[in-house]
Amino acid sequence: MKTPFSAWDKVQISRHVQRPRTLDYVRVLCEDFFEFHGDRRFADDAAIVAGVGRIEGQSVVIIGHQKGRDTRENMRRNFGMPKPEGYRKAMRLFHHAEKFALPVICLIDTPGADPSMESESRGQGNAIAENILIMAQLRTPIVSLVIGEGGSGGALAIGVTDRILMLEHSVYSVAAPEASAAILWRDSSKAPDAAKTMRITAQDLKDMNIIDTIIPEPEGGAHNDADATIRRAGVTIMQNIDALNALPTSVLLDQRYQKYRVMGAIKTMPTNQSSNGEPLSFL
Amino acid sequence: MKELFRRAPKAFTPGEQTRDQDTPDNMWVKCPSCGDLTYHKQLRDNLKVCKCGHHMRLSAVEWQGLFDSESFTEEDGNIAPLDPLNFVSPKDNYAQKLRDSQLQTGLYDAMISGNASIMGQALQVTITEFDFIGGSMGSVFGEKIARAAERAYDRRVPLLTINASGGARMHEGVLALMQLPKVNLTLARLGTIGMPHISLMTDPCYGGVLASYASVADIIIAEPGARIGFAGRRVIEQTIRQKLPANFQSAEFMLEHGMIDMVVPRNDLRSTLGRLFKLYTMRDADASPLPADV
Repeated sequence: MKTPFSAWDKVQISRHVQRPRTLDYVRVLCEDFFEFHGDRRFADDAAIVAGVGRIEGQSVVIIGHQKGRDTRENMRRNFGMPKPEGYRKAMRLFHHAEKFALPVICLIDTPGADPSMESESRGQGNAIAENILIMAQLRTPIVSLVIGEGGSGGALAIGVTDRILMLEHSVYSVAAPEASAAILWRDSSKAPDAAKTMRITAQDLKDMNIIDTIIPEPEGGAHNDADATIRRAGVTIMQNIDALNALPTSVLLDQRYQKYRVMGAIKTMPTNQSSNGEPLSFL
Repeated sequence: MKELFRRAPKAFTPGEQTRDQDTPDNMWVKCPSCGDLTYHKQLRDNLKVCKCGHHMRLSAVEWQGLFDSESFTEEDGNIAPLDPLNFVSPKDNYAQKLRDSQLQTGLYDAMISGNASIMGQALQVTITEFDFIGGSMGSVFGEKIARAAERAYDRRVPLLTINASGGARMHEGVLALMQLPKVNLTLARLGTIGMPHISLMTDPCYGGVLASYASVADIIIAEPGARIGFAGRRVIEQTIRQKLPANFQSAEFMLEHGMIDMVVPRNDLRSTLGRLFKLYTMRDADASPLPADV
């Protein structure tokens, strides 16, 4: 599909204030839905919405990042940047899904995990790592859709899934473009360069075989016809869940293992590496 | 247009590196913590721990001395990185950066892995090389850990990961990010046969390493003073616009906050690891050393 948008344009579209968010998907797709709250350990994190609902007669667990539409809501939802308690709420819902044999739908829309002293003190790295480990072994189908921006480990913490879908103008990156530019060149104003160089668009990621399916958006972006975009995404999500539901659990888990096991760009050399230097003596 | 004239850097062959260890030009080493000078041989004899207690960073090769003598055999030493994004920016060229790091370290990437033993206990081991682009986690890094975990599974032995990393390899984009689930999947499988993974966190352990295998290990050991965190100190300070306390994200801070099991000085590491592994592999002195076949 040809599009006139640059990678940086797409970053802007993916962050558009009127772009449909997780709760819009819930509103349009679910015949019934209850949001669940809290990680049962510390707090409830409004940057992640999680609950159980029904789509096309099928009960599902839905977990998604939630950004706000105005300053007040963005403060409450921390701009969609979850803290450890948000990821641990998601973890609780992963276990819940497994216990009740419900498929899981993850909607990804975050600039990244919350970088703060409190999040570090409560184990941000550990919370993300545990979720990755749990999704890797989850004995029920799990599908993710990047609806806005997929930033780093903060996105991956609800994104290790049997199918990875992306909206046409969404982006997914190892770190948000501003953070990438700061890390690489110590200059976050070079974010447009990072967006281009780091190949973060849905089309780039499809070319690299990282994602499975791109869901088209209306002219100019999903915000121009949110309900149509959501319904189209819903059809693709449920088709994938139906297909995954038909697989025996062992096949489902084997396929998930293989899906991620082959990711990476490596080559095999005729000779081994050979570092010089000497081991220390611990004996 | 400039790209037209860009030549790919010459391929690296092991053995052409320039780092000369036979005649160290720094006979005296300055401690980055207390500033004292120590004669380099004396420092090596003390496992590069300064008199002040500061644990200096070790290279991947230096760490190999932790194992029983002559017990380390490298595996997967022939896996090398590619440049999947053709990463070129006005300030940065990944292919060139790789070649420079390869020349400097003699390694293809930031990782040495293989099998070894500690106090007679056979292990799979992975060791990061921080001098190779900050020990960053790219495709080769992920692949070597995945293979080490799979070998540990096949051979029914524990896994030891020795870690020092700034986080994901930015130059490999989302492919680097996808190494997190890749390694955790292989570790989950290792867990099914009851073989432990011990993660040794040395200075520093950040980002992708912390958000994947290093912090879901069965036992987490850190070196004194090691800096451990998800977000970097600079990023947090910029976000909250204030200075952080000095001990924030130190191994001791992480221990206090329940994120790691123990802080072990370097000269106690070998016996600590040997005794720990024994608790899992020799659970009953009268019974077979390994769990029954699944």
